[in-house]
Amino acid sequence: MITVKDLHKHFGKLEVLNGINQHIRAGEKVVIIGPSGSGKSTFLRCLNLLEKPTSGQIFFEGTEITDPKTDIDALRCRMGMVFQQFNLFPHLTVMENITLAPVTHKMMTRDEAQKKAKALLSRVGLPEKADAYPKQLSGGQQQRIAIVRALAMNPDVMLFDEPTSALDPEMVGEVLDVMRKLAEDGMTMVVVTHEMGFAREVGDRVLFMDGGVVLEEGTPGALFAHPANARTQDFLRKVL
Amino acid sequence: MLATLLMGATQAAAGGTVFDQWWLAIKDKALAGNLDFWENIYKEIYQNILFNNRWLNYLKGMGITLEVSFFAALFGLFLGMLLAMMRLSGIRPLQKIAGVYVGIIRGTPMLLQVLIINFGLFGSIAIDRVVIGVIACGINSAAYVSEIIRSGILSVDLGQTEAGRSLGLSSWQTLRLIVFPQALKTALPSLCNEFITLIKETSILAYIALTELTKAGDYIRSKTYSAFTPYIVSGILYLIVTGVLTKLLSKLERRLRQGDNR
Repeated sequence: MITVKDLHKHFGKLEVLNGINQHIRAGEKVVIIGPSGSGKSTFLRCLNLLEKPTSGQIFFEGTEITDPKTDIDALRCRMGMVFQQFNLFPHLTVMENITLAPVTHKMMTRDEAQKKAKALLSRVGLPEKADAYPKQLSGGQQQRIAIVRALAMNPDVMLFDEPTSALDPEMVGEVLDVMRKLAEDGMTMVVVTHEMGFAREVGDRVLFMDGGVVLEEGTPGALFAHPANARTQDFLRKVL
Repeated sequence: MLATLLMGATQAAAGGTVFDQWWLAIKDKALAGNLDFWENIYKEIYQNILFNNRWLNYLKGMGITLEVSFFAALFGLFLGMLLAMMRLSGIRPLQKIAGVYVGIIRGTPMLLQVLIINFGLFGSIAIDRVVIGVIACGINSAAYVSEIIRSGILSVDLGQTEAGRSLGLSSWQTLRLIVFPQALKTALPSLCNEFITLIKETSILAYIALTELTKAGDYIRSKTYSAFTPYIVSGILYLIVTGVLTKLLSKLERRLRQGDNR
């Protein structure tokens, strides 16, 4: 579904990504772990071109998204993204947050979008929050709404950029539960996270990144139990 | 001079309203120059406001001040938004043009700008001075409005733009639906300040003989030679206009803030 070929990203002289080659299959759950500054968030943000790669190619469902002629907005409609800081729109209600994009894209009428939003809100356990404003909600609730907002576009893949890192510890569980359900429903997911339990449980494949490259990858069972690379071993020792 | 003035007043008062009667009662004392405190005040009010319906001059001046301010504010708001977007467009030539515009307008006196526009640009064209005033004040205000709006837009967290773009919205849709409403809320107090400043600054148009509120007061002074009263009348009218506007805008602001606490 997503193919990445020799992806490089430089910020000025700083080389953040140093040649990444990856293929993510439909339905696959890929979890990216690694120390901070390893380039994992940058890699994720390159996948929907929030970060412009310096060189290399990314293909999404057969279209090269790194081609300047590609209509990136159309492709982004099929790629949901969830941010560390939620980034809900504070001037809009929860319902408006969710329906804004589908209605603006004329993918659905307002009624259809609201119906869909209500169904999704029930699924994440927040059916009564439709008319609330983001500020009235807890971090965990906001992040669940942010997931719903991305899902309302019927994306083919969901990108998660450290979705629980800005949350109070007691709210991490409720967000991971929603993501777990999403995984069970067969959604293709790419998740950057520090939640090793989640990586082990939900991930089909775990990528360990350091220094702008994927140092090691494998099934969670293999990677967590027998890390081959010294830096992977060092990292896992510190976080587990 | 005073004598002729007073004579004129007397003649006009032949019709004799109650104000004219009061004036006639103290006219001789005024000519002799020995009015007491209160009589003096009445003399000032009579000559500068009541006589010959002079209060109409102030009101007409206020009308022109409001007219020029309203259209200049509108013009300045649109041009200012355009300039702000040019500066944030990321397109080098547009950024440069807008930057130079703001630099020139903010770096030179408004009086000079008004004179250049009046005598330079429109010197040889017969055009209503009100229109010149709107153009001159609008051009000036736009520079300040663009800075206010630009900083408002920059105050909106980058994550908002990223969230909008990640949902497949174009950069224009993201700006219009997500960034702009939030920026406007932040910018509103400064924007209101700018509008109130604009009202006061239209007084510069007196220099190109547009009879707005300040010029109206000046005109009365040239008739009565009262050093204070006409300007004070103008000043009170300015205060009424800016006071009402301040009230209205702070009400609007409170209303917007309530949205935050819902």
